[in-house]
Amino acid sequence: MSIAVDRPAVRARTRRRRPLRHVRVHVFLALAALLWLVPVVWTFYTSLRPYEDTAERGYVSLPGSIGFENYTTAFTQGDLPRFFLNSLIITLPAVFVTLFFAACVAFVVSRLSFRFNVALLIVFMAANLLPQQVVLTPLYRMYLQIPLPEFLSESGQMYDSYLGLIVINVAFQVGFCTFVLSNYMKTIPTTLNDAARVDGASVVRQFFGIILPLCRPALAALATLEFTWIYNDFLWAIVLVQSGDKRPITSALAQLQGLYFTDYNLVAAGAMLAALPTLIVFALLQRQFISGLTLGASKG
Amino acid sequence: MYDVRMMTRRSVLQTGLAGLAAAYGLSGCGSDDEPAGNGSDGAAAKPSGTVSFGSNYSDELPKKALQAALDGYAKSSGVEVDLNTVDHNTFQEQINNYLQGSPDDVFAWFAGYRMQFFAERGLATEISDVWEEIGGQYSEAFKTASTGLDGKQYFVPFYYYPWAVFYRKSVFEKNGYEPAANFDEFKALAQQMESDGLTPLAFADKDGWPAFGTFDYLNMRTNGYDFHVSLMRGDESWESAQVKTVFENWRELLPYHQQGALGRIWQDAAQGLVDKEAGMMVMGLFVGNQFSDKDREDLDFFPFPEINPEHGQDAVEAPIDGFMLSQDPENEDAAKDLLTYLGGAEAQSVYLNVDPNNIAASTEADTSSYTPIQQKANELITGAAQISQFLDRDTRPDFASTVMIPAIQKFLREPDDVDGLVKSIEQQKKAIFA
Amino acid sequence: MATDLAAAPRTSGRRPRRRVGRLTTADRVAVTLMVGVPLAVVLAFIWFPTLASIVLSFSSWDGIGGIDTIEWIGTTNYEQIVTIYPPFWPAFRHNLIWLAFLALVPTTFGLLLAYLLDKQIRGSRVYQSIFFLPVVISLAVVGFIWQLVYAPEQGLVNNVLGTTEQGNLINWLGNPDINLWAVLVAAAWRHAGYIMILYLAGLKSVDPALREAAAIDGASEWYAFRTIVFPALKPINIVVLVVTVIEALRAFDIVYVINRGRNGLELLSVLVTDNIIGEASRIGYGSALAVILLVISIVPIVVFVANAFKEES
Repeated sequence: MSIAVDRPAVRARTRRRRPLRHVRVHVFLALAALLWLVPVVWTFYTSLRPYEDTAERGYVSLPGSIGFENYTTAFTQGDLPRFFLNSLIITLPAVFVTLFFAACVAFVVSRLSFRFNVALLIVFMAANLLPQQVVLTPLYRMYLQIPLPEFLSESGQMYDSYLGLIVINVAFQVGFCTFVLSNYMKTIPTTLNDAARVDGASVVRQFFGIILPLCRPALAALATLEFTWIYNDFLWAIVLVQSGDKRPITSALAQLQGLYFTDYNLVAAGAMLAALPTLIVFALLQRQFISGLTLGASKG
Repeated sequence: MYDVRMMTRRSVLQTGLAGLAAAYGLSGCGSDDEPAGNGSDGAAAKPSGTVSFGSNYSDELPKKALQAALDGYAKSSGVEVDLNTVDHNTFQEQINNYLQGSPDDVFAWFAGYRMQFFAERGLATEISDVWEEIGGQYSEAFKTASTGLDGKQYFVPFYYYPWAVFYRKSVFEKNGYEPAANFDEFKALAQQMESDGLTPLAFADKDGWPAFGTFDYLNMRTNGYDFHVSLMRGDESWESAQVKTVFENWRELLPYHQQGALGRIWQDAAQGLVDKEAGMMVMGLFVGNQFSDKDREDLDFFPFPEINPEHGQDAVEAPIDGFMLSQDPENEDAAKDLLTYLGGAEAQSVYLNVDPNNIAASTEADTSSYTPIQQKANELITGAAQISQFLDRDTRPDFASTVMIPAIQKFLREPDDVDGLVKSIEQQKKAIFA
Repeated sequence: MATDLAAAPRTSGRRPRRRVGRLTTADRVAVTLMVGVPLAVVLAFIWFPTLASIVLSFSSWDGIGGIDTIEWIGTTNYEQIVTIYPPFWPAFRHNLIWLAFLALVPTTFGLLLAYLLDKQIRGSRVYQSIFFLPVVISLAVVGFIWQLVYAPEQGLVNNVLGTTEQGNLINWLGNPDINLWAVLVAAAWRHAGYIMILYLAGLKSVDPALREAAAIDGASEWYAFRTIVFPALKPINIVVLVVTVIEALRAFDIVYVINRGRNGLELLSVLVTDNIIGEASRIGYGSALAVILLVISIVPIVVFVANAFKEES
């Protein structure tokens, strides 16, 4: 990306300078990257060492033996599969509903002009930025009061139910997605709509048939982001769910730490396992992830 | 408002002995105390179904022990117990939400004001009928400890344990140490340990509550049990000379405490005791959880030393752990059956076989299988003139957690500003107890 | 629906005018639902509780028992918080320090990383992934990871520095004078990657012609950056600033996981939860703290929203 200019003097100067500059840059970046990785690598390393090994040799030492026992222990004794399942049960529907709601609102706001478009967007976006603690108590009280049928919630209330967690995550995330999608939809030429309308297509048909498919890149990007954010949520899980076995993985980790306090190796394995889904999503869908963030940002 | 204090009478000695006598008398009499697994007296239908059980017995040993007790129950009853174990600290922190949300039928809790607080607000169901079954096994003091402010019982005791100064016999023998009987001897002992290269007092207060044991004892030894209870109730000023003396006494001991306590959990501090790097630790009997079975034989304790001869070593801090019935249980009959079982000697003995770091609450429990240290603990408590429950069980929960935890942690960081500290505590106390 | 055939293909970003009244009934129902349902959810579960919190902040209530047990005490809670509640001012300070630190250190570092990576050197994708990795990990897990790093006797840092003995032990997380900074390092570790991505996107939108012009004129890189690139990043800067402020105010997970936010790690968000979900249950008091947090947050929220809609109106 350097300057392709036809001035020999400049070219010579930049050519001579470039390798030197880039070497320095490389060294700096490499060092920084190594430092950056240290905490995660350290956790991974610790998780591979059996407790007896570290008890004997200390944590900063070459290992006597290495293995995945901590992982199997964490998985079985820590009851992790259940918590993973809980996370999925909460995250996947929440992502889906959030995106659907956001697309609906974005569609209306970007295609049809109401007086209240801006006000609407503000209502949604500001909600997204509020600190979660502000709604904590009244929300908790509300959840205790709202009854749910048995098949939706074991406890019969919204408190301590998957639906409760899904709803609050949706409420908090829908603003950001609406904003991004509405900006994105504005870039879709209106001629497409117009043609459909002339043909007598209803709003619903336009939405599902034309606009949504065109938003796929943005939706994919947002889905990646939202999956990560909702999966990583911590506060709602510890406040709104009380049954140990309904907790999603991130808050269940605290339980793991409480139950296996001095066994850092086990906690390390648990932490790695908990982070695994997001790491996988990140590895596979990094491009979507980043474009999701930047879609929201660069239009700001 | 909270005047019915459990374990708080001078006469606990007499009533305790009387209770024991009565219990022995009863057991001589016949079959009133059959294994509580059979709960009701046969005339009523046998309870069945499932009972949900919320437990905070999250550490490894207690968890196993509780499971053993429940297995014993499963054998003799038709009730299935659905155990829901939550991390110890988390369970307590979330108790408000838990009890108002959808709590399990039976849940673990503590005696003392902490129990009365929730009972008074209707978050527990009274279980006086369970007490009719098990009452014979308990002294008056225990019954009072399990009684709510309305005179009905809400709590079934399970086990209890004293707080004291723990040490390893081998370490004391090797270095020629003797247990300290008073404050000067205590300081001298700590000094000696320090020069021998040991950490005199293993100490941890990351979770905020372990230091309460030291505070309670210092207060009771310096100012007496009655003052302590009164202070917990909010009836004394924290700015009084008596309270300041407590902190000053503590300040004299602080140099001998393990450094970095605020970043350490008690289990790690106890590890120092296990590893023979620390000489002593002010802790509850459950410190034995950290020891292997073999090492536990080396564990011993001496009562917290006397500071003011007027109060001697009269008071013992011995919190009672047990169970309660939540406000709207799904299976009340079966739950009460379970509670009756747990309040009985058999359940407690089964528990203690696996987790011997406590003492059965029931006077009928077989103490012959107690380890020496359990016997000693039992003697310590039964011989006590007064018994306290622990700071966070003897006072309002909001005062204990939002005021006292940060206050004691602040003291540990800045032991010199006692005046500022007690002033702040007093102001907040007035606001909360108002 | 009559269309504005005069509205020939427009350039992106401009909304055509539609006369709402021309929608069919079915359409109207659809639109109402499409906006109404999400709106209802957000109003009911966010805005209504927020208002309720504000109202509750003037009360004294232990949360148990019905609404009729609430006692109204005016501004007493606020007075107490500001005068006799020991953790409040430290928490306030810590939030400010958190904000200042995040704004100065990881934000500029993120900008630097973005600038360097924007040069399309070899392996920039790998670097990008590495720096961005902490962002996808849950903050709670970040807290666990760094606890392993900072543990007093068995952690990485102390063992590498050799400070694990009683005499020279550095208690990174337990010593209130340094634990905030130790935790800030962890927060920065995460924040920098996030900012880096935002700036990378922003840098891409800086017109290359501008940079070429600067180079032709023989400007040094720093000069070019200062006078051309950075000003061109203004829209992104605002986003970055708002994001940083919001993150600083929201900080909760790491601190809670490490030591429940005590002893040097007090934060306003944790104080709220202490009073509300702890055993303490001082609802009015906690709500007052939440309102204080809300009031402080309003400023960046307004800035963000105003900025976002500058182009609209």
